[in-house]
Amino acid sequence: MKLNRRHFIGTSAAAAASLSAPMVLADGHGKPRVVVVGGGAGGATAARYIAKDSKGAIDVTLIEPTRMYYTCFFSNLYLGGFKDIEDIGHSYGSLAAGGVNVVHDWAVGVDRDAKTVSLAGGGSVPYDKLILSPGIDFVDGAVEGWDLSAQNAMPHAYKAGSQSELLKAQLMAMPEGGTFAMVAPPNPYRCPPGPYERVSMVAHFLKANNPTAKIIVADPKPKFSKMSLFQEGWANHYEGMIDWIGEDFGGGNVSVDPNAMTVTIDGEETKVDVCNVIPAMKAGRIAEIAGVTDGNWAPVNAADMSTKADAEIYVLGDASQQGDMPKSGFSANSQAKVCANAVRGALTGSKVFPARFSNTCWSLIDTNDGVKVGASYEATDEKIAKVEGFISKTGESADLRKATYEESEGWYAGITADMFG
Amino acid sequence: MTVRFTSLLTFLAAALVAGVSSATEVGDAVNGAKVFQQCKACHQVGEGAKDRVGPQLNGVFGRRAGVIEGFRYSKSMDRMGNDGLTWTAQTLDAYIENPKALVSKTRMNFKGIKDAADRDDLLVYLRQFSDDPANFPEAEPTATATDHDIDPAILALQGDPEYGEYLAGDCSTCHQRDGEDAGIPSITNWPAEDFVVAMHAYKRKLRPHPVMQMMAGRLSDEEIAALAAYFEALE
Ligand SMILES: Cc1cc2nc3c(=O)[nH]c(=O)nc-3n(C[C@H](O)[C@H](O)[C@H](O)COP(=O)(O)OP(=O)(O)OC[C@H]3O[C@@H](n4cnc5c(N)ncnc54)[C@H](O)[C@@H]3O)c2cc1C
Repeated sequence: MKLNRRHFIGTSAAAAASLSAPMVLADGHGKPRVVVVGGGAGGATAARYIAKDSKGAIDVTLIEPTRMYYTCFFSNLYLGGFKDIEDIGHSYGSLAAGGVNVVHDWAVGVDRDAKTVSLAGGGSVPYDKLILSPGIDFVDGAVEGWDLSAQNAMPHAYKAGSQSELLKAQLMAMPEGGTFAMVAPPNPYRCPPGPYERVSMVAHFLKANNPTAKIIVADPKPKFSKMSLFQEGWANHYEGMIDWIGEDFGGGNVSVDPNAMTVTIDGEETKVDVCNVIPAMKAGRIAEIAGVTDGNWAPVNAADMSTKADAEIYVLGDASQQGDMPKSGFSANSQAKVCANAVRGALTGSKVFPARFSNTCWSLIDTNDGVKVGASYEATDEKIAKVEGFISKTGESADLRKATYEESEGWYAGITADMFG
Repeated sequence: MTVRFTSLLTFLAAALVAGVSSATEVGDAVNGAKVFQQCKACHQVGEGAKDRVGPQLNGVFGRRAGVIEGFRYSKSMDRMGNDGLTWTAQTLDAYIENPKALVSKTRMNFKGIKDAADRDDLLVYLRQFSDDPANFPEAEPTATATDHDIDPAILALQGDPEYGEYLAGDCSTCHQRDGEDAGIPSITNWPAEDFVVAMHAYKRKLRPHPVMQMMAGRLSDEEIAALAAYFEALE
């Protein structure tokens, strides 16, 4: 089948880009051009590394609609009261100072024959290599009764920023003894321990401010990341507060009513005060528009993150289907550096070193009770394959858990510096 | 009875064949006491021992690193203790051989004892001041590979800084280039030799941190040298 390569996002994205940047013109100075779509964990890192390492030999343009990037990582700690919203916001000023041409706009179309990306604000940007790191969007109809128009009544808070602030405000406004519900997502999704760290942080907040409140989690999965660590922590810190309903008890059979504020789990309807719906996910829409997805995600080659569909287009982070790495900020950052090295090599002939990847995800269960899981990975012909991994153990000493939490703070400072400079 | 750590494995193997005999003249606490002379400026051991420049050493075997109440350890030592470093014959042996191999920024300003036999004797001597002194074979794992020190050929490797720069991408996700060290130590501008020695200690799992064991585990000698060269020269 011949792909129709010219596609455009509808008007909603275009309307959202009311603060669009001026027209970007192709300039004719002959340098190779890299366009990066999405200034998150994958895209910001890739743009920064290519600009920094090519020392001006490559023209790097980053297209990102928001002026402040709020990290999803540590957004749960914001819910728990361990961080302020300002702590997790990052502007693009330092990337621009580092030589990246930052354009605040939405990419709405990709013309793979002409090799241009079109912008919501008008105009298009030519590329020699295109890197897409658009993160996730939600699968339509994944949770019965919920769609994006319900995201104010029932926030997902799975893209950080105003959604995180909304969920926090709802949490703070919960009546005494009220109920917080979460609808957890099916695999694969962004940040496997994320929903459960969030449950821990919500419980931490409620324990101090609303101790008779309850948390119900409807989960379509029979088990989840770091499960024994979270369950141990919940029993130790939040005894009796959290009711996790897994697949075996109908946790996957869920519908919600955002007007009535009810959640129905396996036929049983409950009135709730806050409902955090985290639907099934797919690659950010622009990947599909570019025609590089197969099903919900974009299959890529492990050696350089180029897509199976188009050798000039690369997909990083959550949107990619790469094999064994979890969808995390750490993974996206790691993949971005491999990709940056390969793209620079392809465009300037610089040395290309073999791909290697790693990931570690820290989670906070309660004050000074941090845990982690991680692994190293290599590129094989079929996929990014896991080499070796580790996970925190149940029953660890309080000192180690505290050190693990402090380490996560060090990591946060490290990765954000690595992304933005 | 005295036991020399180095030959313990051989000894045990031989003992299985021959039956334990009295002919196990290994490790010499008397010589160990002499070796301890060079430690005495800073450490006390035995009855009434107190913390001085270094902590007192009674009961050091089986003790977690950095836990003596009131003693001011380096940040590095605190970290290692939290990571799970415990003093056993093996870790003490590595530490005494080259303190920086185990604890990069230790306050123990000591070049190390390179002679394996002297270290064994010293450990036999020190072991008398920990619980269960006489019982080497039964006690806590005492069998140990001897030389932890790095082959000089590995230390002499000239790393390729360009490759190091690429590999450093794996480090800078956590270790900040600007030298900030809250929660995670800084590795910027580290002397290359310290870097190499530390990475090899992780690789051999002498240092306890699981992330670092994993990261170091997949680096070749050349790659470690490349990283060391890069971080040493980082501006
Ligand atoms: C609650 C929570 C906790 C988490 N905790 C951790 C953690 O502790 N550690 C960890 O490693 N990871 C964590 N993650 C996961 C992490 O946030 C993601 O895996 C990571 O952000 C993925 O990076 P990315 O580049 O793929 O996407 P993102 O970081 O989401 O970046 C995508 C960017 O693309 C932009 N974009 C999208 N479409 C377009 C378009 N058409 N045109 C232009 N720009 C576009 C978006 O505005 C966005 O800025 C967490 C996630 C959540 C939700």
